[in-house]
Amino acid sequence: MTKTITIDGKTIPFEDGQTIMQAATAADVYIPHLCHHAEFTPHGSCKLCTVKVNGRVCSACTFPASEGQDVLNNTKELNDDRQKITQMLFVEGNHFCPSCEKTGNCQLQAVAYHLNMLDNHFPLFYPHREMDASHPDVMIDHNRCIFCTLCVRASREHDGKDVFAISGRGINKHLIVNSESGLLKDTDLDMNDKAAHICPTGAILIKRTGYQVPIGQRIYDHHEIDEVSLAMEHHHGE
Amino acid sequence: MQVFIENLAASHNYQSTRLLQILRAIQARYHYIPEAAINQLAGLLGIPGTQVTGVVEFYSFFHSTPRGQYELLISDSITDAMLGKHSLMQHLSEKLQLAVGAVRSDGLVSLDNTSCTGLCDQGPAGLVNGYALTHLDRARIDLIAELINQQKPLAEWPGELFEVDDNLVKPGLLLARPIAQGEALRATFNRGLQETLAEINQSGLRGRGGAGYTTGWKWHLCYEGPEEDAFCDVDAQKQAQRYVICNADEGEPGTFKDRVLLNSYAHQVFEGMTVCAAIIGASQGFLYLRGEYLFLYDKLQTVLAERRQAGLLGDNILRQGLDFDIEICLGAGAYICGEESALIESLEGKMGIPRNRPPYPVTQGYLGKPTVVNNVETFLAAAAIAVKGASWFAAIGTEKSKGTKVLSISGDCSRPGIYEYPFGTTIQTILDDCGATDVLGVQIGGPSGTFISNQELQRKLAFEDLATGGSFIIFNNSRNILDSVHNFTHFFAHESCGFCTPCRVGTSLLKKQLDKIVEGHGSAGDVVALEELCRLVKNHSHCGLGQTAANPILSTLERYPELYQSRLKKISYEPGFDLDGALDIARRMAQRNDAAAHLTQTEAEHD
Repeated sequence: MTKTITIDGKTIPFEDGQTIMQAATAADVYIPHLCHHAEFTPHGSCKLCTVKVNGRVCSACTFPASEGQDVLNNTKELNDDRQKITQMLFVEGNHFCPSCEKTGNCQLQAVAYHLNMLDNHFPLFYPHREMDASHPDVMIDHNRCIFCTLCVRASREHDGKDVFAISGRGINKHLIVNSESGLLKDTDLDMNDKAAHICPTGAILIKRTGYQVPIGQRIYDHHEIDEVSLAMEHHHGE
Repeated sequence: MQVFIENLAASHNYQSTRLLQILRAIQARYHYIPEAAINQLAGLLGIPGTQVTGVVEFYSFFHSTPRGQYELLISDSITDAMLGKHSLMQHLSEKLQLAVGAVRSDGLVSLDNTSCTGLCDQGPAGLVNGYALTHLDRARIDLIAELINQQKPLAEWPGELFEVDDNLVKPGLLLARPIAQGEALRATFNRGLQETLAEINQSGLRGRGGAGYTTGWKWHLCYEGPEEDAFCDVDAQKQAQRYVICNADEGEPGTFKDRVLLNSYAHQVFEGMTVCAAIIGASQGFLYLRGEYLFLYDKLQTVLAERRQAGLLGDNILRQGLDFDIEICLGAGAYICGEESALIESLEGKMGIPRNRPPYPVTQGYLGKPTVVNNVETFLAAAAIAVKGASWFAAIGTEKSKGTKVLSISGDCSRPGIYEYPFGTTIQTILDDCGATDVLGVQIGGPSGTFISNQELQRKLAFEDLATGGSFIIFNNSRNILDSVHNFTHFFAHESCGFCTPCRVGTSLLKKQLDKIVEGHGSAGDVVALEELCRLVKNHSHCGLGQTAANPILSTLERYPELYQSRLKKISYEPGFDLDGALDIARRMAQRNDAAAHLTQTEAEHD
């Protein structure tokens, strides 16, 4: 007999060892997320995938599914809180969507659309953050980093390198690269590395590829992130 | 420097788990961690340079730019503030001709604030090159400034500057009669390991760090280990490595009981760890000692050496075939490392970021092996229970909270210090004992705990009523509650590890929003916005730090809503952006601060 959990009343099968996120994705149920990616070890830091499991708040991407769990996901209460958490990500960095190359392809922006975020709500931090354009093919704009660690994990787990890491504490957290100079050009990052392409925002961009797809014709200009995300993750699962 | 670091790494066997200890030595020697040291260390330890940089930037006691040869840090605990810390700091700053947060241009001295140093019973307190300074007053500050200007080595400074008293005022069940050395181990071996575990279980002992998890059950789960081990035969199961960790990272502001337990009862604490090791089958233990307690380090090493000498530690303990030893690891200024999984990360030479759970440390802890992490006081109590039995302990306390609790009492009272009480004691009784009068309220369990007003003094010390890791700060009626809320809220923002969004951003937003109200810039909707933010941070944060960071605001907002409302302006909206504040840099550059160099924000202010 297959084991099952329920998400918003819908019965969903799972296999031992699966997280709630994995079980949900397999059953075509979207749980909003930014730091989660089906190919890499879950991190559990962005907290957008917060769900209620038997009344207790848990991160769906790290919490193991187990028999009989009653999971709440797509509720007004949770989506309101997710919207606030997204707003937190916006105000702590410098995110100016209209002038960003990633606009329309940005998952942070798309999640904000999905959660019906209409303003920043919180006061902006306006942090001073640098750019690193030293690498011939790849650039980092720290203004847009949300510390999801996908580049860190992709470099370690997929590329077999250790190009990126998150350093610092609290609100002073920042992305660093593994080179004596601290510059991207002195790391062993190659533009074909997975880590160079995984960023959900516009913090890591490939040079000389900007605006090849006009604004207005980009992914999230025409599709909701739930649909795109499920399709992509099913593709990874195959 | 290259040779120094090479030798240092060699003395730590090139183990990356020793990274914090190695960096502590470099910081002590050079007063910062040079870039070259980071690269050299990464090579020697076989880890990415980013891991070393990450650790340097995470812990407050490491610096990537040079600090003074004398690194002065003054405790920023609310109790120090109540003892006049702010004017002392100003005095010190003038004496040294040095701004707070800066390094003097001659490189001789640097001055900064630091989180609570665990000396609230004898503050204002501070640290010089990591060593505790107590009872600071103007005379001592003058002396310290003089010693620094004369460049006197610390070893030649007068000893009384560094004297730390126990201030053990009221010993009880545990502290009045410590066990004899080896008594708990002998009792354990005589009774049998499983039988002793049963005693610990039946005693009802719960973790003394604050969370209150049943100690016997924790040990039992660790003994069982991960599920996959359960299928091994018994011998293989026994061979699996397990660890015992004593959490002596008491960073909760207002707590200092572990300082006293380790200063005067260290044998019993180590014995409790050894009993645990015997029961769960561990051969290695760690004492994770907060960096602020550096002054205890040598003494504790001596105690360990005595125990090895007496056959109570090391190979074949008491000739019972038990091999177990304890290593002392120092922290480096991070409150978060009091959280058990962050502590384990720190012991592994990493940033102190709490892990995702499950798995819990009892099945996958230090280096992925089953690990028991308990508080200092828990091990102390466990050792006594091993000697005197479950019923001796369980006879005291309440139904859900057995035994006694050691409290660190500070703030407005005539006899601050260490007090031990049976669970179930009322707050009023405690206040009477320590000489507290005209009480406004008590912060129980530190900033992460609860503030109770003078209308609630009949409440009880117990897990089922007022739980505490030991912090007990008293405020009298001359105090402004918002000062402590302000201090605590800034503390959490400073100590947030930054891993998860709700805590990383939320604690900083709480700080901004509270400051806006306290400084008189708040308007009608701002208290509601503050409450909403509190709820978000509390419900969605990854670990206990974020989940409790809003407690100072929530527990006072509930009791004194009028206090917050009275700070609000009578206008409908006040911008979060401080226009005049934003001109501060321009004023500094123009070197003027006259009225015409200031802007007012609203029409009302013009009138």
